[in-house]
This record gives sequence, structure tokens and C-alpha cells, in this order.
Amino acid sequence: MSELDAFRTEVREWLEANCPAEMREPIRDEDDVCWGGRNFKFKNAAQKAWLDACVAKGYTVPDWPKPYGGAGLTPEQTKILKQEMKRIKARSPLDSFGIWMLGPALLQFGTEEQKVHYLNPIARGEIRWCQGYSEPGSGSDLVSLQTFGEDKGDHWVVNGSKIWTSYADKADWIFCLVRTDKANKYQGITFMLFDMASKGVTTKPILLISGNSPFCETFFDDVEVPKTQFVGEINRGWDVAKYLLGHEREMISGGGAGGDMVSIGGAFAKAFGKNAAGELDDPILRAEMAAFDVDVFAYRAMGERFMDMWKTGRAHPASSNMMKYVGTELNKRRHELVMSGGGSEALEWDSEETKGGARARGWLRTKANSIEGGTSEVMLNVIAKRILDLPGA
Amino acid sequence: MPLYHNDDQAMLKDSVAPFVAEQAPVSHLRKLRDSADATGFSRDLWAQFTEMGLPGMLVPEAHGGLGMGHMEAGIVLEEIGRNLTPSPFLSTSVGAVVALAKAGGTQAGRWLPAIASGEAIVALAIDEGAKHRPDRIATTATRAGNGFRLDGKKSFVLHGHVADISIVAAKTDGGITLFAVPKDAKGVTADPRRLVDSSLASHVTLDGVEVDADAVIGEVDAGGEILDALLAATRTGAAAEMVGVGQGAMDMTVNYLKERKQFGKLIGEFQGLQHRAAHLYGEMEVARATVMKAQELLDQGSEGAKLMVSVAKAKAGRAANLAVREGVQMHGGIGMTDEYDIGLYMKRDRALAEYMGDVHYHIDQVARMNGY
Repeated sequence: MSELDAFRTEVREWLEANCPAEMREPIRDEDDVCWGGRNFKFKNAAQKAWLDACVAKGYTVPDWPKPYGGAGLTPEQTKILKQEMKRIKARSPLDSFGIWMLGPALLQFGTEEQKVHYLNPIARGEIRWCQGYSEPGSGSDLVSLQTFGEDKGDHWVVNGSKIWTSYADKADWIFCLVRTDKANKYQGITFMLFDMASKGVTTKPILLISGNSPFCETFFDDVEVPKTQFVGEINRGWDVAKYLLGHEREMISGGGAGGDMVSIGGAFAKAFGKNAAGELDDPILRAEMAAFDVDVFAYRAMGERFMDMWKTGRAHPASSNMMKYVGTELNKRRHELVMSGGGSEALEWDSEETKGGARARGWLRTKANSIEGGTSEVMLNVIAKRILDLPGA
Repeated sequence: MPLYHNDDQAMLKDSVAPFVAEQAPVSHLRKLRDSADATGFSRDLWAQFTEMGLPGMLVPEAHGGLGMGHMEAGIVLEEIGRNLTPSPFLSTSVGAVVALAKAGGTQAGRWLPAIASGEAIVALAIDEGAKHRPDRIATTATRAGNGFRLDGKKSFVLHGHVADISIVAAKTDGGITLFAVPKDAKGVTADPRRLVDSSLASHVTLDGVEVDADAVIGEVDAGGEILDALLAATRTGAAAEMVGVGQGAMDMTVNYLKERKQFGKLIGEFQGLQHRAAHLYGEMEVARATVMKAQELLDQGSEGAKLMVSVAKAKAGRAANLAVREGVQMHGGIGMTDEYDIGLYMKRDRALAEYMGDVHYHIDQVARMNGY
């Protein structure tokens, strides 16, 4: 047996012993997701037990080094762990922007002290982070951001506001792009870290078309940030931000793949009824769902290839933009089909049977997929410029 | 296995890509076409393929081949696609080899070594009408004397007029049976037609063709499984070739965007074209990954291969079709001329898209395999 086969056996046994049955059920509601943080309330004992088991093993962040709370797994081992978790339909033990975004940035740009100090609480689910990037006047043109940190010797005084800050009202800390040099557009931004409980920070949830408020406006009113709390170099936060956007795109692009090889047509055939030939009885919708299934299965293969190449440094550094573009457009298409498949039932907004209009709200939520983290149009610009090397792009 | 080429596969690509580009670039296709070549490919080129060991790539080592897999065959097919190279590689070295190797027995022993040595060309006689409907084969094989009598009409048989044998799928009492039918068997007529991409595909008439019992490939009535393997291999191969066609068309088009000036600018500066080119890039990357996944699953003998093969044929079909359509459009007027190559890419794509089931057929298959 090869070393990897032995590892697979070991993982399989560990999962069998440690992943509670409840944690192998599909995610149904937002509170099935474990986000961690100071104020997180576990839905049940199984959710906590599963997190604790994974934390102890380093499996919340399996590919991070052990001193930072990970398990130090190789890309091949990480892939095996994910495959085995998927096989038993195990839920993610911990989701967070700390894992997906700040962590990779710190691993790349942080000092050793910062890595130990910030990564361990992320890995343990103790500190929940949010991301302060977009501003009311700086969306796609992010680098024009105006939130300003005035240099006061040993600290900055930050004033300004951010928008579309995901779960800012639930987060403990923020990683935030702050202008520290007004004369220099690209090299005048610092990537700061500070506590959301700091004096002068306020958040206001934004009501979206889905009727939910996952995003906030975040205001900074003379917020004091110690001048030790930044990543990379002062005024060179844009480098960190760009690196991190790559990871954000990688993360969002996962949405279209939808995890398993689950067929949308197969799922709806039961609800619709079938004709005598055993086919979904709306032939046009059947065709659209089948065409979508082809694209989603194909994208899943793309996701596998992308990760295999990304993790081993073979991928084009801008290819996460392609993944994000294709994946988010696919996810929007999925939800259009979910609404068509659901018919008038899917229109219900707050009935108990529809879990409070889950389909309608989910459909509307996906419209942000191709806006947040860089619009589809910006992704296409980046592909044209950095991958296809088209002129003047 | 990671979904990228390993070192050996990368080396194979590094030797095959320049070989095909030098020996059989698009001008090679033009030469055959303009000289009204009656064979459909160059036997000299096939001899060069043989020197490289390519015809027997998938032939098991015991039969004189290299015993490689679909991933390796795909590397060759992609280069064939990129250069629009006419060759019997897909039907002979992929489809026929997989069927014969799976079946084993007399026919495998007779033909696999001959394919590996470059001596034998094998055609696949599956389709019977204008569309690919392998579940509705009407050609019959009835027992007669020591063997069988074959009656029926086959269509879209690439290389059917020159192949040493055709693998014929026919209905027998208890199922489907595959036969190795020699070119010169009495009652076989191959009527070659020039297709839009300058290839030659035959309408083959089987009129009371008598074959011995040992012409059966595998077992009588048990040809369904062998046919499935043949189809899966050929579809995946066609998808790999389409990735090459699409990539070739896309590369040519992206280069053109960097050269052609209008309104005092390179047309590649216009965002309207940039976004379409970038979208195409994404589709081609997804198609390539999907084809590799299908190859991997076939090489592993995985149960999931059948679904992914249809996904790959459909996805590569869509992506390559987009590549050639955008290619002709973005080239503007010059793209409509015979002199410029982009139109040849469009033609080859159309033929490959139809071969062994088009996009619509395979999308429908994906629905069926998922129970709707």
C-alpha cells in the first residue's frame, strides 16, 4: 500500500470515529453553518463536537502548517481528506473569511509572530473576521478607495466607510484596506487589522433584494489602530489585496460546482412527473436542465484541474479570474432553473413549506455572485489582459 | 491522480506536437484536398506516424503496441485537431483498437499487431442514418452456413472505402454482435463521399455479405458492451480532437486581434471583442479539463466514465463550436475566404461535432443517465 493509500485509510477511520451523524446531513439553513467567533452559538452539540474534533486534528485548515493550527498536509493529502469528507457527506467543520482569505494572505505576507498570533484563533474558530474592501465610491475601481488612516506616530486614526462588508455585524475583527498616502494611488494603501469592538466602529446591515442582510455598511469614526497591526508593508497593502482577491475568486468560484455530481434535472424530475418514456415531462425545461448539467459537471472537472494545478504552481496566476467568472455565471443559471423548476411554489416568500421562501431568496442572492469579489466584466478584462495578452486591455 | 499531464505525458506532447506541426500542418490538408486525393489521408504520413509508434499506442504490449491510455491518445488527437491533420488515427488506433482489445480472441490476434505495425486501417461502421442512433441498429446478421449473412446500410464510415476491415455493428437474435468485415468481401460496396471538411466518409452497403463465424468480434449477441467501449473511446477521442481544433482556432483568432488595425487601433483593444475572447478562453479551458477527466476515468475503468464521456463530447462540442464561430466572425471578411485557414477549422469542427453523437445527442444522454 502506498503512503497515500495508508493516509486515506487513516482518514477514513478517523472520520468514521469523529464525524457525528448529524454532521453528515445536508446543510439546510444558514445556522447549520459553523462560522465560529466570540459570539457564535452552536446549533447543537454535534456541531461543536465536530468542530472540536477537527480543531484538535488541525483539519479545519488541513493544509496550514501545524504551528498555525493546521495539520501540515500536502496537496495530495488535502485532496484525499476532502474526497473522504465528501464521500461521507461531512459538513465543513468551520467556514470563515479568516480561513479563506486572511489566512492565505498572512501565510504569504505575515511575519512569523503574526502568523502564530492570528492564524491559531482562526483555525480554532475563536475569532471571526470580516473584509473591509469596497466603499460607496469604490466598487469595481477598488483602488480609488478613500478611507483614510492619519499617521499619529504609534497609531493611525482611521476615518471613512466601507460597504458590502459581509457579516460585519457578526465579525470580531476586520482586515481592511486603508489609504495612508493620498498622493500615491496604488502604493498608498495599507492592509490593516483591527478589532470591530474598537471605539468608533459602527455597522449597519443593508437590506437586499433577497430580504436578507448578509452585508453591512461599516463606519469608522476616529478609530485608533496601533501601527503594529498591518500586513506586508505600510503603503503596500494593494499587493496583499490583489493576492487575496485571487483567493476570494477561488472561493466564490466553488459555488457553481455545487459540490457533488448532483444533477439538477434528476432532482426536479420527481417533482415534475415524467412522461411515458420516463423523461421529465416538460421537454424544453428538460433540455435546458440537461444542458446545465453538462456545464456543471464539466465545471466540476475544471475545478479539480484548477485546484491540482493551483496547488502545485502550474496554474496561470490569473486563472482564478476565469474560475470565478465561469463558476458564478453557472450558479446564477442554476438558480434560474431552480425557480423555473419550482414554479409557483418557488415564488412563496415566507411560507413554512418553503422554509421562508428559501428558493426565491437564494435565487436573488446569487445575483450578487457575479458582482462581489470583482464583477464578471472585470474578470473578463483581467483574462483579456493577463492571460490573452490583448492590447490596451 | 492530478488532472494535469505527468512528466511522461508532457514528454510525449513535446515530441508529438512539433512532429505533427512540421509534417502535417494545415497546408498538408490543403494539398490533399486540392489534389483531389482519393484515399482521405497520406499513407506516407501514416508511415511516419508508425515510426513514432503512434498507431499502436493503445494496442496492448502483448500484441506489439505501447499499451498506453486515453490520456496519451488524447495528446496525439489534440495535435491532430490543432493542425487539421487528416489521418485514420481516431477510428483505427482508438475506436477499433479499444473494441478489439476488449473482445480479445481471433480478430484481436489478427488485427491488433497489424494496426500497431501501421499495416492495417480499420473503419467503424456504426451509424445507419444521418444521425447517430446506435440504439437503433437495423443491420442484421443471420446465421448462414458456417457463419453469418449481413444485410444493411451503414453511413458516415470514415475511411470505409480504403480500410482493410470495417467493424460492423449488426443485430443478431439475442442482441448486438460486432463483425470484422473485410473490404473485399463479396456484397460489400463502399461509396465514398467528400465531406465539408474534405474528409471521405462512405455509405457502405452490405448486401448478403457472408462471413465466417470467426469474423465475430467477441461473442455473438454480446457485442453491446464492446460497442459501448468503442463508442466511449471514439467519442472521447473526438472530443480531444475538438479541443485541438478549438484551441487552434482560438489561438489564431487571438493573434489576429493583436495584428489587425481598424479605426486606428488594434481591434484587440476593443472591449466588445476582448470580452468575447475572454469568455471563449474560459469555455475552452473547461472543455479541456472535462476531456481530461473523461480520459482519466476511462483509463481507470471507472463506472463514472460513461457519464463523463457524454459530458466531454457535449462540452467540447459547444466550446469548439464557439471557437470556430467567433474565429470566423472576428476575422471579418478574410475569415470568409478559402485562402485563410480559419474557415477550415470551422469545417473540421462541424464534422467532428457530428461524429459519434452531436451535442444534442450527448446532452440527452446526460439527462437519461441521471434519470430524467
